[in-house]
Amino acid sequence: MDKMPAWADAVLVPLISILLAAILSALVILAIGESPTEALWLMIDGALMRSSGWGYTLYYATNFIFTGLAVSVAFHARMFNIGGEGQAMIGGLGVALACLYIPWPHWSIALVGATTAAALFGAAWAWLPAYLQAKRGSHIVITTIMFNFIAAAVLNYVLVNVLRPKGAMDPATAKFPEATHLPTFQDMFATADNVIFRGSPANVSFFIALFACLAVWVLIWRTRLGYEIRAFGHSETGALYAGISPVKITVVAMLISGGLAGMMALNTTMGEAERLVLNATEGAGFIGIAVALMGRSHPVGVLLAALLFGFLYQGGAELALWTNIPRELITVIQALVILFTGALDNMVRKPLESIFLSLRSKGA
Amino acid sequence: MDLATILQVLDSTIRLSTPLLLACLAGLFSERAGVFDIGLEGKMLFAAFFSAAIAAFTGNAWLGLLAGIGASLALSAIHGLASITFRGNQLISGVALNFLASGLTVLIAQTWFKQGGKTPTLEDGARFGEITLPFAETLSGVPVIGPIYAELISGHAILVYVALACVPLTWWILYRTRFGLRLRAVGEAPDAVDTAGVSVVRLRFTAVAICGILCGIAGAYLATSLQPFFSKEMTAGRGFIALAALIFAKWRPWYALMTCLLFGLLQAVALRFQNIDLGAFTVPVQVMDALPYILTVVILAGFVGKAIPPRAGGEPYVKER
Repeated sequence: MDKMPAWADAVLVPLISILLAAILSALVILAIGESPTEALWLMIDGALMRSSGWGYTLYYATNFIFTGLAVSVAFHARMFNIGGEGQAMIGGLGVALACLYIPWPHWSIALVGATTAAALFGAAWAWLPAYLQAKRGSHIVITTIMFNFIAAAVLNYVLVNVLRPKGAMDPATAKFPEATHLPTFQDMFATADNVIFRGSPANVSFFIALFACLAVWVLIWRTRLGYEIRAFGHSETGALYAGISPVKITVVAMLISGGLAGMMALNTTMGEAERLVLNATEGAGFIGIAVALMGRSHPVGVLLAALLFGFLYQGGAELALWTNIPRELITVIQALVILFTGALDNMVRKPLESIFLSLRSKGA
Repeated sequence: MDLATILQVLDSTIRLSTPLLLACLAGLFSERAGVFDIGLEGKMLFAAFFSAAIAAFTGNAWLGLLAGIGASLALSAIHGLASITFRGNQLISGVALNFLASGLTVLIAQTWFKQGGKTPTLEDGARFGEITLPFAETLSGVPVIGPIYAELISGHAILVYVALACVPLTWWILYRTRFGLRLRAVGEAPDAVDTAGVSVVRLRFTAVAICGILCGIAGAYLATSLQPFFSKEMTAGRGFIALAALIFAKWRPWYALMTCLLFGLLQAVALRFQNIDLGAFTVPVQVMDALPYILTVVILAGFVGKAIPPRAGGEPYVKER
């Protein structure tokens, strides 16, 4: 017998956790001498009341969908892929190489090529930690943390010494050719007399992110591989007994996870900057953790959580612009969300469970 | 390379090793008791800010140190609550605390000082000065030994010597006291400790608190001694290097000292020389940056002696099944 109805587990627990995080965030804003309601209104105004605000919100959300899905897929195999940041950096390298060195005739073909490159590079960066976990038993969390730092060093070296155009000062690649320009929402939806999404960076890769949500859902719940991943995540010995190879599942799940994280670079590198810069990931790899926890590792949940964090990011930028609240407020909110939905999950869950149990015993 | 240059590099090795060593020993206590802690970075950062801020307000480095330890302990308490009391995921809790520290420090620094997330530069009394050991002046004339004693061993802040003293102390506590035996046991087989009538929860909370104190000292050293101010993200991944050092040292105190000195040397060399010209090829500075992590992955892979973590590490203890 379940202790709680399914809807409570999927909706009520995350909602209460978010509510707790929101209350604490409001207290933080109060403590630094600003008004939480005004701050919230500014954020809503800046992120949701204008089409350009939506353009930014959806741009950030695109990043978080990819990294959130990446963490989710690993979670289903009961692995904690904390290396999304590094995988996305290396994925960016793949995008840059594909865009710079292959003469694409049209952006649509370039997009396919760059997506492949991003996924391959990201997956490659996840392969060694996965292999070491599967074969040598070294802890995936520690190795992926190490690989984040190694990725940063690799990217730094490549940008400073190899890909930087001659005479340029800042460590970045040359601008990608015009043919690789991805259509932004402004290109796609604005008309001559109704300019919407003006100047905002949301672009066609948002739809790839949506497609990735669907693909991950199909993979996890409608394919044999997904079943094997979930079975492995529930019980390694059980999976072994059912003839599922732990080595194969560990490596494959991490490759998919790394590939998804790598694809984040499409949005930032190809869609927005149109060149590879040092800090292209902007911490989105880590926000994926919060998004996956909040979305309960389900693609629909990840999508909603990514939209929420996209809103927070754009709203936070607006706050920094108009008030004395620095952007770091968003980092605090993010930390509280991870804390309540991830680490302190039982604090919310246990009292709820007992409430539901007592309700049930009264009903019976 | 002459003696003076070598001494300079070694001198900065000791300075740069100190925060790594303190954080590494902090992690050692926590992980030996079975509580993984990837929040070392966040605790150090939190402590760095509060030590610098309180030292700036009061003009007293010791009060700053206390504030740093207190701040770090507060994060430890959250970590303990999440991972021991509520049996949450210790890794996720660590990640959350890192973000919490990284966000809150800038937020509070901006509110208190309005200098873009920095504290003002600390005056002389508000920072730990360098201590000249006895006879450093008189001995400095003696060739070779004199400069080594005067520059390398003498002339550091007191927290450097505290960190070095913590190594034998940690060894003694872990291997020569009843508390240490129980601490190691609770990381390997908590059910056995519980059967013997010793509280697993209390032992783990004590270990997490010790971890908080050491991280607090490490953070205070960063902001009141190594540099005379707090700046945004000033820990710069040191908490993770300390974590790497802990694995490299296979969770043992003396090896932790050696590893931290090695990683400190890498940082000092990277700082001093940038790209190293070996004649045939140049070693880029990024290799020095990445080397601690690469070495740790190699050790983790078990090709050069296997690093085996405490057996009950990362597992919340459930009393009855």
